[in-house]
Amino acid sequence: MRTLFQKIWDAHVVAEPPGAPAVLYIDLHLVHEVTSPQAFAVLAERGLRVRQPGRTVATMDHSLPTRGGYEAADDAGRKQLHLLAANTRANGIPLHDLDSPGRGIVHVIGPEQGHTQPGMTIVCGDSHTSTHGAFGALAFGIGTTEVAHVLATQCVLQRRAKNIEVRIDGRLRPGVTAKDIILALLARIGVGGGTGGVFEYTGEAIRALDMEGRMTICNMSIEGGARAGLVAPDDTTFAYLAGRAHAPQGAAWDQAVAHWRTLPSDPGAAYDRSVVLDASELEPMVTFGTNPGQGMPITGSVPDPAHATDAAGRASLEKALGYMRLAPGQPMLGHPVDVVFLGSCTNSRLTDLRAASRMMDGRRVAPGVRMMVVPGSQAVKAAAEAEGLDRIFLAAGADWRESGCSMCIAMNGDQLAPGQLAVSTSNRNFEGRQGAGGRTVLASPLTAAAAAVTGCITDPRTLMN
Amino acid sequence: MPPQFTTLTARAIVLPHADIDTDQIIPARFLKVTDRQGLAEGLFHAWRRNADGTPRAEFPLNRPEAAGAEILVAGPNFGCGSSREHAPWALLGGGFRAVISPYFADIFRGNALKNGLVPAAIAPEAHAALAAALEQDPALPVTVDLQAGVVRWPGGPNAPFATDPFARDCLLRGVDELGWLLALHPEITAYEHAHAA
Repeated sequence: MRTLFQKIWDAHVVAEPPGAPAVLYIDLHLVHEVTSPQAFAVLAERGLRVRQPGRTVATMDHSLPTRGGYEAADDAGRKQLHLLAANTRANGIPLHDLDSPGRGIVHVIGPEQGHTQPGMTIVCGDSHTSTHGAFGALAFGIGTTEVAHVLATQCVLQRRAKNIEVRIDGRLRPGVTAKDIILALLARIGVGGGTGGVFEYTGEAIRALDMEGRMTICNMSIEGGARAGLVAPDDTTFAYLAGRAHAPQGAAWDQAVAHWRTLPSDPGAAYDRSVVLDASELEPMVTFGTNPGQGMPITGSVPDPAHATDAAGRASLEKALGYMRLAPGQPMLGHPVDVVFLGSCTNSRLTDLRAASRMMDGRRVAPGVRMMVVPGSQAVKAAAEAEGLDRIFLAAGADWRESGCSMCIAMNGDQLAPGQLAVSTSNRNFEGRQGAGGRTVLASPLTAAAAAVTGCITDPRTLMN
Repeated sequence: MPPQFTTLTARAIVLPHADIDTDQIIPARFLKVTDRQGLAEGLFHAWRRNADGTPRAEFPLNRPEAAGAEILVAGPNFGCGSSREHAPWALLGGGFRAVISPYFADIFRGNALKNGLVPAAIAPEAHAALAAALEQDPALPVTVDLQAGVVRWPGGPNAPFATDPFARDCLLRGVDELGWLLALHPEITAYEHAHAA
């Protein structure tokens, strides 16, 4: 009896020499401009070629401006973008550059083009590679040295992680979303709670989610310290993949689905440990602190460091509240907001944009608030525009941009000014993450839209019909 | 050149905070480099400098006794967040050769080892004792002995730390993992043939 993780692992071990970690074969390597230049340089220095250009896909996302193309980038960013183009061209790697309709955030385009498939091993020099686990793939972020390893050998060296079950029972109530599930999990286990582990998300609430919700949850596995998070593939998975450009077609599709149906964890297979949450008890979540584990139900109040169980916890909370300029015991509801960011590999897909646009339809972004909507890919942008979502956002006074990582990581010019507070659908509220001195409150697209139209942190359920 | 590390005795700096993320170690705006150089300028930038760029005198790395320190003693879950290898590159650029913490985030730990920055995870009690000893005497020489797998300091215990034996062997011998992986070409080719669609 094996778990999903164990089955994928076993199928990808190339060698397991005594004393060494397992040599794992990588089915899909995703590449972007920020973490690859030094890896390509290693190959060039050693006279090595890319072993499997056909298993490698590159895109531009982190440093690319969301308006104005290459010219809008600063010199360093433009150099990075041009170097990715040169490196991929020299090595025969397909690249989605500025002009490609397939361009977008690396973790949005992999699934949407059908590159991401159940049972695969997937890596990228980006910690949010865990996103692809939503398809029942073992997907994890790697450093640049490992990017060079994969380019040159299509393999990485890995010790087998612990396998942690995260079971989400029950059904979500209206206004509560996948983002709230993962923020609630992180509030429970903390940002180190999954260290050394790979999550498998199970339970009724996970089975009921669409693929985009599952991606949101797997995306933030790394915020709990787990390098990867997986969801067993099922009919929802297959329906999403059917007909996508790089998914198998015809007889190969039927064969693939038959194989994919063997992947879910066997009944009774053992996990190293389990964490259980009840979805029906969850509320919309917001973070109050400076890491994604410092979150709380939106109707709650900011915790008091005096109640921390140890000195380190107290110091950590005091530091976070000092940075966020929040007082112990104060409610988050009603707190004024400067910026709302709807985007990132966590929440920039069509269902995210639809949810936010429904809340904003017929409403206006509150005076003094800047709202930035950044679709996850050019395909998401086109699909949203075909449905008229762009017109709803624009009519409300929001800014509608080209795709990219944008204000989630603030490398491309989209950023907070010092002191500004943003409600953001992204994944990290670390100090300065969205711009030096900026303050981030993580939330769902619904909660972000509610903040945009009211100008303060607002329970989205109070604005829903 | 592959990094090598056997043993190091040096001064240490304490950054006691828990969950120091890689965005603090090196903020994203410093990631627009295309080589591994020049990252020391960004190391802990927001904590080291005021908004106008002047140094914050009270930050431990800016204190006079920090000069020449090669070991960082940090709170638990050091290096959480982003997979950016720029974090160990920046620490190395800033003169650090080892970090001591109760535990490390997985990706950071791997990245550090591949660059010759030793992540020494010692028990919380030993970690607290070391931080207290350094508060008493900031010039205390601390030893990170990779061969023996212990951290020690005058008057302190031998605090053991575990390192992946393969990564440890590579560091002790100064060889890198890529050469080792490349030598597996026949095995990789056999795997590819067996799994060809």
